[in-house]
Amino acid sequence: MSDSTVILDAPAIQRSLTRIAHEIAERNEQDREVVLVGIPLGGDHLAARLAKLLAGIWKHEVPFGILDTTMHRDDLDQRPAPTMHPTDIPFDVNGKTVVLVDDVLFSGRTTRAAMDALNDFGRPKRIQLAVLVDRGHRELPIKADFVGKNVPTALDEKISLLLTESGAAQDQVVVKRK
Amino acid sequence: MSWTKKHLLDVESLTVAEIMTVLDTARSFKAVGRRAIKKVPALRGKTVVNLFVEPSTRTRTSFELAAIRLSADVINFSAEASSFKKGETLKDTAKNLEALNADFIIIRHSASGAAHFLARALDAHVINAGDGAHEHPTQALLDTFTILEKKGRVAGLNVTILGDILYSRVARSDIWALTKLGANVTLCGPATLVPKAFEQMGCRVTYDVDEAIRDADIINLLRIQHERQRKTMFPSLGEYTNLYGLTKARLARTRPDALIMHPGPINRGVEIDSEVADCGRSVILEQVTNGLAVRMAVLFLVNGGKAPAELSAA
Repeated sequence: MSDSTVILDAPAIQRSLTRIAHEIAERNEQDREVVLVGIPLGGDHLAARLAKLLAGIWKHEVPFGILDTTMHRDDLDQRPAPTMHPTDIPFDVNGKTVVLVDDVLFSGRTTRAAMDALNDFGRPKRIQLAVLVDRGHRELPIKADFVGKNVPTALDEKISLLLTESGAAQDQVVVKRK
Repeated sequence: MSWTKKHLLDVESLTVAEIMTVLDTARSFKAVGRRAIKKVPALRGKTVVNLFVEPSTRTRTSFELAAIRLSADVINFSAEASSFKKGETLKDTAKNLEALNADFIIIRHSASGAAHFLARALDAHVINAGDGAHEHPTQALLDTFTILEKKGRVAGLNVTILGDILYSRVARSDIWALTKLGANVTLCGPATLVPKAFEQMGCRVTYDVDEAIRDADIINLLRIQHERQRKTMFPSLGEYTNLYGLTKARLARTRPDALIMHPGPINRGVEIDSEVADCGRSVILEQVTNGLAVRMAVLFLVNGGKAPAELSAA
C-alpha cells in the first residue's frame, strides 16, 4: 500500500515561485545579467514560470533555456542508459548570472552534472540554484540559493510532481511512501 | 526508455521501441555537434577499439569521431598493418584487445556473422560496423534517422532501394529497419543482383526502374560492390548506368519531393549522375552528419550498465 501526501498544491506552488522570483530579484541587482536555465523534466517548466514572474518584476524579458544533464551524469555505467531530453540554450551564458532551476534537490548529483554541462556552453559569471523542493539527503557539498519548500523525507519516500508550463489548477507536489 | 542490449549486432533483432530509442537519443547528440564545445564526458575513461578487418574510411572515421566526442579513448586497428597478416585468428586478435581492457569493439569484417561471433567470445560491448553481406545496423539507423528528420515520419512512405541488393549489407539492414517502422519498401536493380527471395523480408521486388522510382518518397541508391561479387553479374558498368543509373532524365520522372540517399562512397556517373548527387534533393552529406549522431547514440546506449534491480539480484 502506498501512502501519499500532497505537500504543495497549485496555489502553494505559485506562491513559492512568486517568492523565489522576488528573492532572485533581491539578490541580483544587475537584472540584465540574469538568465534562467531549467533542468528537465520539471525544472524546464519552472524556469519558464519564473522567467514570466521575473519579467513582471523587472519589466523586461528574462531569457530562459533548457539544459539536459544526462550526458554528464556520474552513474552512466551503473544503470541502463537514461532517456535524453533536448537542450536549448538560446543565449550566450558568458558573463551571465545563470540561475539553475530544478524541481527537487536530493543528492545534489544532478546539480553537479548541470554545472559541468553548463561549462560546455561558456563561463557564466556566477551560477545560482533555485529548487521548488529540497528533500535533504545530500551526497555532495551543494546548497540551493532559493528554495520553495524544505521537506524532510525518508530515503525510501518518493517525491512526484505534476507541473505544467503555464501553471494549472491540478499542479501539485506529492510525497509517496512505499 | 527501452534499451537493455549489451551489443548492437543487427537490426533484425531490434524492436520498434529500441529503434526509436536510438533515433531519439541521436537527436540529442546531433544538437551536441552544433555546440561550440562538441564533446561530452559520457564515455570518459572508456576505451573503444575500431577493429576494421575490411577497409573503410567513412564508417571508421565516423565511429572514431563519435567515440572521441563522447570522451572515450580510441584505437584504430586495420587489417593491412596488423597481426592478421601474421596468421592470427579474429578471436585471438579480439581477445588480445580485450586483454588490454578495451570496453567496446567495433568490428567490420568480410564474413557474415563476425560480430555475433565476437559477441559470444568477448565480455566487451560489440558493435557491428558491417559483416559481409549480412548487416550494417548503424547505416540503417542513420538512414532511418535522416528519413524521419526530413519527412517527419517513416510509416507509409514509399522507399525504393535501387542497385546491388544481393551483396549489400546496407540493403538488408535498411529493409529490416524500414519495414519494422511501416514503410513500403521496393527493391529494384538487375535481376542477378535483386533475387525475388527478398520478398520474404516483406518488401516488393521489381525490375522496372521507372515504375520503381515513380511514386517513391525516398530513393536510396546502392553502390555496385565490385569487391564482393564473385563473378560478373551484369555485362558492363555502362549498361548498368543506362538501365539503372539515376540520371537527370530519370530524376525528372520522380516526385518533386522525393529525396535521394546513398550510403557512399558514390561512383559518379555509374549509379548516380554527378548533377543528381549534388542537387538540392540529395541528402547524401546529411546522412554523413547524422551517422555521427547515430553512432554516438549507439555507443551511449550499449554502455548502459545493468539496472539496480539486476545488480542486486546478481
